[in-house]
Amino acid sequence: MSDASKEWPLWEVFVRGKGGLSHRHVGSVHAADAQMALAHARDTYTRRMEGVSLWVLPSAQITASDPGEADALFAPAEDKVYRHPTFYTIPDNIKHI
Amino acid sequence: MHALAIHALRLGDDALILGQRLGEWCGHAPALEIDLSLANIALDCVGQATHFLALAGEIEGQGRDADRLAFHRDVMDFTNCLLVEQPNGDFAQTIARQFFFAHYQHLLFERMASVTDARFAAIAAKAVKETAYHAKLASEWVIRLGDGTDESRARMERGLDWMWRFTGEIFVMDEIDSAAIEAGAGVDKAALRPLWDARIGAALAEAALAPPAPHRPVLGGRTGRHSEHLGHLLSDMQFLQRAYPGATW
Repeated sequence: MSDASKEWPLWEVFVRGKGGLSHRHVGSVHAADAQMALAHARDTYTRRMEGVSLWVLPSAQITASDPGEADALFAPAEDKVYRHPTFYTIPDNIKHI
Repeated sequence: MHALAIHALRLGDDALILGQRLGEWCGHAPALEIDLSLANIALDCVGQATHFLALAGEIEGQGRDADRLAFHRDVMDFTNCLLVEQPNGDFAQTIARQFFFAHYQHLLFERMASVTDARFAAIAAKAVKETAYHAKLASEWVIRLGDGTDESRARMERGLDWMWRFTGEIFVMDEIDSAAIEAGAGVDKAALRPLWDARIGAALAEAALAPPAPHRPVLGGRTGRHSEHLGHLLSDMQFLQRAYPGATW
């Protein structure tokens, strides 16, 4: 734990819950390489039948938006309610929508 | 005791003692992720043990269930091979034991899954999927430690050296094994040896580790002659049932 450079790199873990669903981010694991990251992800995140498929990818490969820019990026969407398809009247007999 | 009951007992004891050993890592493993993977494997083993010990008790017909057999027998009554009771040592030593044993178990259960005795076949069919993963993971670690740093390599070599002398015993056939085969519940373990050698050899080659030199196998576990390590393991594992017989929660 002392020398950070000797720590295993971090991997982000994505689990597909069942066929047809997309992989969902569930957390991260430390591992020395991709194969061990998959093993660790399996042992950490699929112990209770959570999934049928796993992805891992190096956390360092993720480019994240800057929280400081959150206003510039996301606030402008706040008053654009017309972008939500909520103005349609759905007939009562339509069940699966 | 009926030969088939002893056969089931041996399979159960192997899994139980290995499960207990692996469980000792809980909270002590080198990394959180390893802690979880060793605990997962331990739980798989305890699950296998529960099935085999319950079956042993059922065949014996004296009213002993899996818990009774696990917690109310003394060292000399245990029939596990010496390999699984060996101490954890460092992580590499644990991996060496896991590597040798999981590959054996996987080969064994692959074949046992198609024996005619449906009770043994059903347990093996479930366990074979678990042991496939145990064997793969152990090989991956042998390769990484063997082909890693000077220190990891030295530790891996020491671990393999420690465990190697106990590997001969797992392939030894005796009258119990012959009776089990005749009854359609057993597997010719001696015939697994060349396949096991090939799998072990392939992983060691990938790890750039030399195969351990031939060693006269140390025997005794199947007939209750154990190393001193088993007594200490049992004193831990059986403490609660010894102190509070029949306690449940």
